[in-house]
Amino acid sequence: MTKNTYRSGPDNDGRFGIFGGRFVAETLMPLILELEEAYKTAKNDPAFKTEFDGLLSEFVGRPSPLYFAERFTEHLGGAKIYFKREELNHTGAHKINNCVGQILLARRMGKTRIIAETGAGQHGVATATVCAHFGMKCVVYMGEKDIERQKPNVFRMKLLGAEVIPVTCGSQSLKDAMNEAMRDWVAHVDDTFYIIGTAAGPHPYPELVRDFQSIIGTETRAQILTKEDRLPDSLVACVGGGSNAIGLFHEFLDEDIDIYGVEAAGLGLDTDKHAASLSGGKPGVLHGNRTYLLMDEDGQIEEAHSISAGLDYPGIGPEHSWLHETGRVKYVPITDQEALKAFQLCTELEGIIPALESAHAIAWVMKLAPTLPKDHIMIMNLSGRGDKDIFTVATALGAEI
Amino acid sequence: MGLERIEKRFADLKAQGRAALITFTTAGDPDYDTALTILRGLPTAGADIIELGMPFSDPMADGPAIQAASIRALAGDMTVRRTLQMVRDFRVQDKTTPIILMGYYNPVYIYGVDAFLADALEAGVDGLIIVDLPPEEDNELAHPAKAAGMGCIHLATPTTDPARLDHILRNASGFLYYVSIAGITGTAAPDLDPVKVAVDMIRQQTNLPVAVGFGIKTPENAQNFAKFSDAVVVGSAIVNIIQSNIDQEGLANPELTSRVLDFVKSLSRSVGAE
Repeated sequence: MTKNTYRSGPDNDGRFGIFGGRFVAETLMPLILELEEAYKTAKNDPAFKTEFDGLLSEFVGRPSPLYFAERFTEHLGGAKIYFKREELNHTGAHKINNCVGQILLARRMGKTRIIAETGAGQHGVATATVCAHFGMKCVVYMGEKDIERQKPNVFRMKLLGAEVIPVTCGSQSLKDAMNEAMRDWVAHVDDTFYIIGTAAGPHPYPELVRDFQSIIGTETRAQILTKEDRLPDSLVACVGGGSNAIGLFHEFLDEDIDIYGVEAAGLGLDTDKHAASLSGGKPGVLHGNRTYLLMDEDGQIEEAHSISAGLDYPGIGPEHSWLHETGRVKYVPITDQEALKAFQLCTELEGIIPALESAHAIAWVMKLAPTLPKDHIMIMNLSGRGDKDIFTVATALGAEI
Repeated sequence: MGLERIEKRFADLKAQGRAALITFTTAGDPDYDTALTILRGLPTAGADIIELGMPFSDPMADGPAIQAASIRALAGDMTVRRTLQMVRDFRVQDKTTPIILMGYYNPVYIYGVDAFLADALEAGVDGLIIVDLPPEEDNELAHPAKAAGMGCIHLATPTTDPARLDHILRNASGFLYYVSIAGITGTAAPDLDPVKVAVDMIRQQTNLPVAVGFGIKTPENAQNFAKFSDAVVVGSAIVNIIQSNIDQEGLANPELTSRVLDFVKSLSRSVGAE
């Protein structure tokens, strides 16, 4: 990695500084190397780009708007706030961008069966959607606890023809779903492609997921230049694994812009019920990469907690760990309660029901924007819509549906 | 001792003209004392080499049996330090049976690689199998392990071609572990013929002993695979006996140890030991 850019990673070993790598069982290594080659070829093939761009525009509905949140801006009384409307994508979140890219790779590699893990269900739905589009067999692993709190998405996946397999081991959430997906993968290497939902996992996943999500940042640059004739002063996005965040940030890493990643602090960083791996964890190795993780003294991975199923993961993508250590991106915690308030305020003021994941980013905007001048331009990634979360929110607010 | 103890054991078995029996149990399963009693009984029951699992919260390459063993051990507060203590306790009476620790990288990484290698060698550990460290990550542990005299057991699988095998063998020592099926531990027994073809291919590229594992469940399986390999590994089948001899509170019944060791004796006879 050269010194004067934050955008050249990963290196040939799949590292961002010390983070990343290929920590997988030997059975998977030949496949991972094959994927790396397939991705290199695809990246340089104009036909791949044409196919990817075509699907993003006609199937996903891109570009997503960059929206001036006028009443929200007035209410907070500081920075001028824009939302990048990823929740308007087909299937309601940014996740579909990556799924389109990966299923095109799977097809080029001749794979016929797709597996995926999901937490909130957004990635599972997006995967099931692209599988239906291409007529491919789809198996989604989902923690039993998440199946309970994300019933609408479970039903959507089934309607789309996916088989949803409940994961009953461990904390029954995203990390355990990923363990089960990896076990499936190892047993079906010949015909199966694993569509990982976030910018984590063994190299080359963090790189290719970031690249497929970078459409968020490249569109944002063009859109803000059209609207304001200049680049923004700050960017905000929520971070679980971190794919929506890196998708927005990567385009701007070398610009003079303040960048904030918002971690889920659950019941608070001073409790053991949070999912803030950068603020409350340390570097370790899990799910194919070295990155910041929540763990005990002995290196046993701890269960994460967040009101948002999509942030309920004890790790984070390796590029975020590196951006954290280099200080380029500032990572900040937001609690369940703060996210809930942001969820309500955004819904009331803007007529947009955000996903609980995105509500964490909104909550940080609510803290930061009032402290900034009116000519400060802030862009927040509204990564998903909140229809899936209304049951969780109702329970938290003591309402009955 | 480290690597030397493994090499000596294979040399002795070669002289006897038979394959080694490698048994797998998880340290601390179902509790420290029972696991130690089993460990101490294994050499007499016929285990030539002992593979001891270091429990991990997220055993991605393991099937339900060994996952459950890890959970039981962790529920009993098993740690890397206590795993090393168990090896130390075992070494009081046995200086010749090689012990291989099998596990995942994170607990080793968090312990600190250099400190772990020093403490493990001092405790009497002879080799390591770290499932999520392919040769691409040999800088992490294989190189320092080699320098310290610790055996570094690498895995080859049905997805390994000759070029890749060459890469795997570069830093392999002790023996080569051939994973007989593409899958997780404890799944169906593999077909004999493709495994034999793979083992023959491996032998063309290395003089290291070749062990076969994954899916070997019965004395008959063990006997068949022992005919063309240097060692057979039996894990989940032993762990299943532990699982079926604990009560709902996780307490071992009085027969647990003898049932495990009787099974090991039957495996041992099947590989031709007296």
